[in-house]
Amino acid sequence: MSLTAPLAHLGAMVLAALAATGRLALFAGRTLGHLLTPPFYLREFLHACLQIGWLSLPVVGLTAIFTGAALALQIYAGGARFSAEAVVPQIVAIGMTRELGPVLGGLMVAARVASSIAAEIGTMKVTEQIDALVTLSTNPMKYLTVPRVLAATLTVPLLVAVGDAIGVMGGWLVGTERLGFNSATYMKNTIEFLEFWDIGSGLVKGAVFGFIVALMGCYYGMNSGRGAQGVGRATKSAVVAASVAILASNYVLTEVFFSA
Amino acid sequence: MIQIEGVHKAFGANQVLRGVNLTVGRGESMVIIGGSGTGKSVLLKCILGLVRPDAGMIRVAGEDVTRVSRDAFLARFGMLFQGGALFDSMTVWQNVAFRLMRGKGRLPKDQAREVAIEKLRRVGLKPEVADLFPAELSGGMQKRVGLARAIAAQPEIIFFDEPTTGLDPIMAGVINELIREIVVEMGATAVTITHDMTSVRAIADHVAMIHRGKVRWTGPVAEMDATPDPYVQQFIHGRAEGPIESVR
Repeated sequence: MSLTAPLAHLGAMVLAALAATGRLALFAGRTLGHLLTPPFYLREFLHACLQIGWLSLPVVGLTAIFTGAALALQIYAGGARFSAEAVVPQIVAIGMTRELGPVLGGLMVAARVASSIAAEIGTMKVTEQIDALVTLSTNPMKYLTVPRVLAATLTVPLLVAVGDAIGVMGGWLVGTERLGFNSATYMKNTIEFLEFWDIGSGLVKGAVFGFIVALMGCYYGMNSGRGAQGVGRATKSAVVAASVAILASNYVLTEVFFSA
Repeated sequence: MIQIEGVHKAFGANQVLRGVNLTVGRGESMVIIGGSGTGKSVLLKCILGLVRPDAGMIRVAGEDVTRVSRDAFLARFGMLFQGGALFDSMTVWQNVAFRLMRGKGRLPKDQAREVAIEKLRRVGLKPEVADLFPAELSGGMQKRVGLARAIAAQPEIIFFDEPTTGLDPIMAGVINELIREIVVEMGATAVTITHDMTSVRAIADHVAMIHRGKVRWTGPVAEMDATPDPYVQQFIHGRAEGPIESVR
C-alpha cells in the first residue's frame, strides 16, 4: 500500500462530507423557498402539528420532570460543598429554561420524530409513492417536506415551554419533598430570578431544533436507499445527524445569545 | 403521440439506456417487453420526467418534455405502478380522488368522492371498499384501486408498469381485460411494461422488445410470433437457451 493512501482516503472522506453538507444545504434552501410559494397543504400541516407536537408531549414531559428532579438533587449536593444549597430554585430554573429544556426536548423529539419522518418518507420512496405523487402533479417537497418542517419549527418551541414548566415543577417537587425547601419560597425565588430572555432564548433554540429535526427526517427519507435496509439506514442517519446538529447548533446559539 | 429519439441514461458506470428510439401512435397500446434490468422502467420514468435522460429527445404530442409546463404535462398522464403505490395514510376513495381534489380544476369533496366511487365501480370494486385503507385490501384489489386512480382524471396517456406482477393467473386475466377495455373506451394512448406474455397478447396493438438498453425489435403484436429475431423468440417462449444470457 502506498504511503499516501491514508491521506487519499482522508481526502475522499472530507470531500464526501462536504458534498453531503452541500446537498443538505440545497435541500434546506429548496424547503425554505417552497415555504413561501403556493400551493399550501393545510391539512398535512395540521396533521404534522398533531404528530410532531401533541404526540411528543408525553415523552418531553417525562424527560423534563425527571431532569428537573435530578438537577435539584445535584445542585443541592454540589452547592453544599460551599454552603450554597439555597440556590437550588434559581439554578434549576435557569438550567432548565436555557439549556436542558430545549436540548433534551430537542433530542427526544429527534429520536421520536426524525426517525418516524425518515421511515415514513423512505418507505414512500421505496414503494414508489413519491413517484406517484409526482405523476399526480404534486410536488413532494411541498406536500411532504414543507408541512413537516413548518410544523416542527412552530410546535417544538411550545413543547420546550411546556417542558420548562414541568422541569421546574420536578425541581420544586424534590426541593420541597426531599430537600426541605418551603414551597412558597421556592416558587418565589424561581419566578423572581428568571428573566424573559432565559425563557425566550430556549424557545428560539426550540424552533431551530425543530427545524433541524424535521429537515433531517425529510432529507434522509427522500434520499433513502432501496429496501428495508435502505429505509433502516435512512432512519438511523436522520436521528444521528439531527442529534449532532442539535448539540452543535446549541453551542453556537449559546455563544450568540450569552457570550459576554 | 410519443416520440423517443436516441435516449441514453446511465446510473454511475451502469449504462441502462443506450440510444432508445421508439414511436407510439395516438390511441395505440404499446407493450414494452424485455428482461429484468434492461431499462424498461427507466424509459417510462424518462418520459414522465421522473428521471432526466443524459442524451436524446422525448416528445409528447410534438412537445419536448423537458421544456413543457410540468403540471400541464403531467395532467395528461395516468400511471399504474407495479406495487400500486397507493398512499397508506389515505382511504381508497381519497387515493382515487387525489388529483381531482387538487390543482386548478379541483372538485368539492363530495363530488370527488362520487367520481372516485364511480371509477372504483368501473374497475369492479364495490362502493364499500371506498372507506377502507390500502393495507386492508388484497394485491388484486390494490391493483384495481391503482387502475382507478390512474384513470380518474381521464388522462390522454396511461402507463402501466408490470400490471399483473404478483397476481394469480385469474386475477391477472381480469386486470388485462380491464386495461384493454378502459384503454379502448377512453381512446387513450397506453404504454405497458411487462414480462407476462399473456398480458402482451391481451393488451398490445404493438410490441417493442428492449435488450441491453436498445429497442431490439418492434412491430404489431400479430407479427411477434412470426419474427425470426432470435432474441424475441427466446424471450416470448421463455427459453433458457439462446442469445440472451441467463444466469443460473
